[in-house]
Amino acid sequence: MSRIRTFMAVSLLGPLLLPGAAAAQEMIADTSARKQALTSWGVQFEELEYRYSDNDEELGVWNADFFYGTDDLKVRWLTKGEYAIEEQAYEGLENQLVGQIPISDFFDAKAGVRFDTPEGPDRTYAVLGVAGLAPQWFEIDANLYVSDEGDTSAELDAEYELLLTNYWILSATLDATVAFSEDQEIGVGKGLVSTETGLRLSYDLIDRAFSPYVGVVHERKYGDTADLARVSGGSTEDWFAVVGARLTF
Amino acid sequence: MKKRLLTGFLTLLVPALVLAGEYDLTVDRVRIDTGDFVKEGIGYNGKSPGPVMRFKEGENVKINVTNNLDEMTSIHWHGLILPFEQDGVPGISFPGIKPGETFTYEFPIVQAGTYWFHSHSGFQEPDGAFGAIVIEPEGREPFRYDREYVVQLTDKHHHSGDRIMRNLKMMPDYYNRQQQTVGEFFSDASKNGLMNTIQDWMAWGDMRMMKADVEDVQGFTGMINGMGPEQNWTGLFEPGERIRLRFINSSAMTYFDVRIPGLDMTVVQADGNNVQPVNVDEFRIGVAETYDVIVRPKDAQAYTIFAESMGRSGYARATLAPEEGMAASVPPMRDAPRLTMADMSGMPGMDHGDMDHGDMTAQGDMDHSNMSDMDHSAMMEGGSDPFYAEGSGIAPAAANGGKFLSYADLKAQKPLYEVREPTREIELRLTGNMERYTWSINGVKYEDADPIRLKYGERVRFKFVNETMMTHPMHLHGMWSILDVGAGEWNPIKHTVSVQPGTTVYMETEVDAPGQWAFHCHLSYHAAAGMFRKVIVEGGPDTTQAKADVATEEGGDA
Repeated sequence: MSRIRTFMAVSLLGPLLLPGAAAAQEMIADTSARKQALTSWGVQFEELEYRYSDNDEELGVWNADFFYGTDDLKVRWLTKGEYAIEEQAYEGLENQLVGQIPISDFFDAKAGVRFDTPEGPDRTYAVLGVAGLAPQWFEIDANLYVSDEGDTSAELDAEYELLLTNYWILSATLDATVAFSEDQEIGVGKGLVSTETGLRLSYDLIDRAFSPYVGVVHERKYGDTADLARVSGGSTEDWFAVVGARLTF
Repeated sequence: MKKRLLTGFLTLLVPALVLAGEYDLTVDRVRIDTGDFVKEGIGYNGKSPGPVMRFKEGENVKINVTNNLDEMTSIHWHGLILPFEQDGVPGISFPGIKPGETFTYEFPIVQAGTYWFHSHSGFQEPDGAFGAIVIEPEGREPFRYDREYVVQLTDKHHHSGDRIMRNLKMMPDYYNRQQQTVGEFFSDASKNGLMNTIQDWMAWGDMRMMKADVEDVQGFTGMINGMGPEQNWTGLFEPGERIRLRFINSSAMTYFDVRIPGLDMTVVQADGNNVQPVNVDEFRIGVAETYDVIVRPKDAQAYTIFAESMGRSGYARATLAPEEGMAASVPPMRDAPRLTMADMSGMPGMDHGDMDHGDMTAQGDMDHSNMSDMDHSAMMEGGSDPFYAEGSGIAPAAANGGKFLSYADLKAQKPLYEVREPTREIELRLTGNMERYTWSINGVKYEDADPIRLKYGERVRFKFVNETMMTHPMHLHGMWSILDVGAGEWNPIKHTVSVQPGTTVYMETEVDAPGQWAFHCHLSYHAAAGMFRKVIVEGGPDTTQAKADVATEEGGDA
């Protein structure tokens, strides 16, 4: 019903019947689309930001989500990227296409594919996950990945929004990855791989459509993954100052 | 018993003696200026609200509706008793009116009072497609007045209906700017103690429900007769005159608390049906309801008609004055209310056993302390409204500490029907999920539901159980809703019945209108999200029967 731009159903009805005239025996053609599931769509850039690290690295980062569908089935395209401005290369580039269905009052299950195409080797994964709202208002997104190399990993994404006022919002995010097997080629060791923690202070400037923010982000690699990073001359821990905007439309 | 309806049919048979009026309405794209912003919308005869349609009881009306939009449209005559093909709900009464087409409605007027009309297509109504109906009675009215004005309220938003629906589906709290903040946590804590406050916040957090969920769609400009608070619609009077104000709430989503500081109001009609006069200081008008009140300003001064939204996120304002350009002060809005656990008591799984009693008491204290002192004393004096959950955070109180109208005060002036035992009861649980912004009846959305089947001639008792934390104005098309206020034959007759969170409300319906009808929550975005049913009335005296499609269940189990 959200789009009642007439589904021009062929009206089988002749002239409308006046009271007392012949019986309205045929069912009325429903051109209102009310009986059809409400479809909606939306775009959310949770992150669209410039990052400046403690060792002068500059990154452009986005994390966005496009959805289309009904209450019973949504299609989501999730896209994430980290672009190193100096090197002009994608440190990370990840796209997921998933179908999502409700499994409880507050949680959805999702399944689909994930394509990683950064600088370096590509990977394709099968995705299985849950997303929803946990008690005490934690937004949770948990996924299991199986790569085309046969490696399995899991990722947990949690977000909490603290309303300083109804317009000033402090949001805390945690993103943690665990690998159940090593994938040396892409620098992933077995065990806890990495965490990314963020704290962003945003202001809803235009509605909820445009909310600029400043914040700080901490990235860290652990265990075997950290070792692999050291071997290849990369860093194992970074602090970033970030500035950007949350977009919703 | 069904005297009115019978008269209606008789008038059909004796066309020579009958008044017949012909009216024209065009459905147009219009410009709506609220004083805060200008927006394109939809209206009738070039403006929103459309014209006041004035009919006479006993008249046969012909209304030619020309659709100048590039999309389908329809007009529903809200509260009018008429043959179902004239009711104007696309897909239920008729196919709808195509772009460029002129559709002629034709029906007898078998009632009197204040009503309204609006589009039943998409979100045209929130976009401005509505107007007022005033029907002059055949006989004398049981009250006197020297002057009358329609006071039509709406909640004009700068977003289109489609956009609002999409935003709500994406983010149910998109428009809620009265959520609890860190500041509120600390002020709660200083009032009620840190531990109590933590417990309270955790309890709500566990449920993933917000105390601030009183109004889904904020950010509107309240309007009266198409004018915003700054534009200040003004009705003139001579001191000493009795003025009849026909309040109509044509909002998409907003309940208004209405008062005229300095004037007593006498409520004489609700939803077009006369009630035994009741004097009030303030009343709450649900979406789609109408109340007619009589006021008698004695002084040559201006009076403000002040209608603040139930969630205190916006207001409409107008003026009654002896001459143009006069204005009285506009009171400030009161504090935004907070829901309490009492309002959640209808929710399944809300096991009060979870909470020890001490907890509940703390909750009660807490919620009173959220109110301003004035409200607090009013609550104490005013007693509680039986149509709200006991200890509800949204139970109304008059700003001046006086009388606030309750459904319990409404008594029919003259019963329309003889009292008889209902033939059966149908339970309708009002259900929903705020996080998903899905709304339903008995847990089933309209898209998945079977129609409710009623038999002509029965008297059905509807039991509404509100399991959500929002108020729902339930509107049954085509037949009257006899609201059970415990007054027996004097129960008031309405077309829209508000059901408060955590409460159970009964209404009875004499099933005297064959055909198929819509039955839904009148909050636009709740109806669109699934809180909607088709009602099929089977049988009946004449041939205008809806064809029964495959019956699955006895009605009500939709």
